[in-house]
Amino acid sequence: MPEILDQARERVLGNGVGLDEAGVLAVLNLPDEHLPAALQLAHEVRMRWCGPEVEVEGIISLKTGGCPEDCHFCSQSGLFTSPVRSVWLDIPALVEAAKQTAATGATEFCIVAAVRGPDARLMKQMREGVAAIRAAVDIQVAASLGMLTKEQVDELVEMGVHRYNHNLETCRSYFPNVVTTHSWEERWETLRMVRESGMEVCCGGILGLGETVEQRAEFAAQLAELDPHEVPLNFLNPRPGTPLGDRPVVEGKDALRAIAAFRLAMPRTILRYAGGRELTLGDLGTRDGLLGGINAVIVGNYLTTLGRPATADLKLLEDLKMPVKALSATL
Amino acid sequence: MTESSPATAALPAALWCDRCGESVAAGPHPACEAARAWEPPRWCASCRRRMKVQVVPTGWSAVCVEHGERRG
Repeated sequence: MPEILDQARERVLGNGVGLDEAGVLAVLNLPDEHLPAALQLAHEVRMRWCGPEVEVEGIISLKTGGCPEDCHFCSQSGLFTSPVRSVWLDIPALVEAAKQTAATGATEFCIVAAVRGPDARLMKQMREGVAAIRAAVDIQVAASLGMLTKEQVDELVEMGVHRYNHNLETCRSYFPNVVTTHSWEERWETLRMVRESGMEVCCGGILGLGETVEQRAEFAAQLAELDPHEVPLNFLNPRPGTPLGDRPVVEGKDALRAIAAFRLAMPRTILRYAGGRELTLGDLGTRDGLLGGINAVIVGNYLTTLGRPATADLKLLEDLKMPVKALSATL
Repeated sequence: MTESSPATAALPAALWCDRCGESVAAGPHPACEAARAWEPPRWCASCRRRMKVQVVPTGWSAVCVEHGERRG
């Protein structure tokens, strides 16, 4: 057994204290033959510090495309030659999507907009949309609208948005290679205000943007410092027309090593499978991750790409005897 | 993925790849066809216009101003 896994067993499993950056790097560098042991330990950590429940979420794009920012992985930037056109979703369609999401057993419904930050029109659409959902559907509403002002944070709290997603995307040292129109620190500032407001903080990122293994470890350590309620873990799905459109997808074993390492860095967080897992891991790898530290999933489609049918993921959870977290447990 | 396209049902065979927007006169695009398993169409296969596409958790719709809506 590698020394780092022995140390993690005592420190993370025994005491609930996450690995530091050096420890995460050691896990990310484990040879393939030790990957099953790392995943097993990460699973034990998840079961001990989070429990067997899996949080299920659906996401919806309220405003698609035409974004002024240049996040190099994103097909919704208006600065690239992506084929994604700008579209707004109307309130009835938003409510219908929330109903369909709730019907899968999901407890979370996250409304996302491709913007630098919300303007008055988007905040009005949010206010009306959240009110309509809350009147018609029994589900928790989350939001992801880019960078916020303090006033907008307060307004979202008042609407009843209980969790706010704002991904740091990658580590601080690599961020300028991925985004040039705003800074990592600006994102951190929004996250700080969200935490102060009492909303739950959801913050993760994308692996496979060209970062080194050392930078992946740096990212895990920075997320652990932030201590978010939830960490969505995406794997790059290279989008045509974007600067990262020709990058290879993350190798499956590297993705699983990252899942184990991020769980060992953050024993108590909700670690969610998000975009790209279908390409990177396929069906078998999806199962391995759920047995290796993951305790939440986005079901159904993503914002501009498609995911596994919700029924496939729910059947997998049933096979693994992992109960879907009930709405009552989130209130 | 089941797709329906009532508005295009009577139109001739596709002229353009609905993923990359390039001609399919010389044959299908295997890489695009594989990618489409995880993506909605972006280009109208009949006229090569970029479509307005809305993805929702359980499906998608793609609208061409000339040839109508497809759903999947």
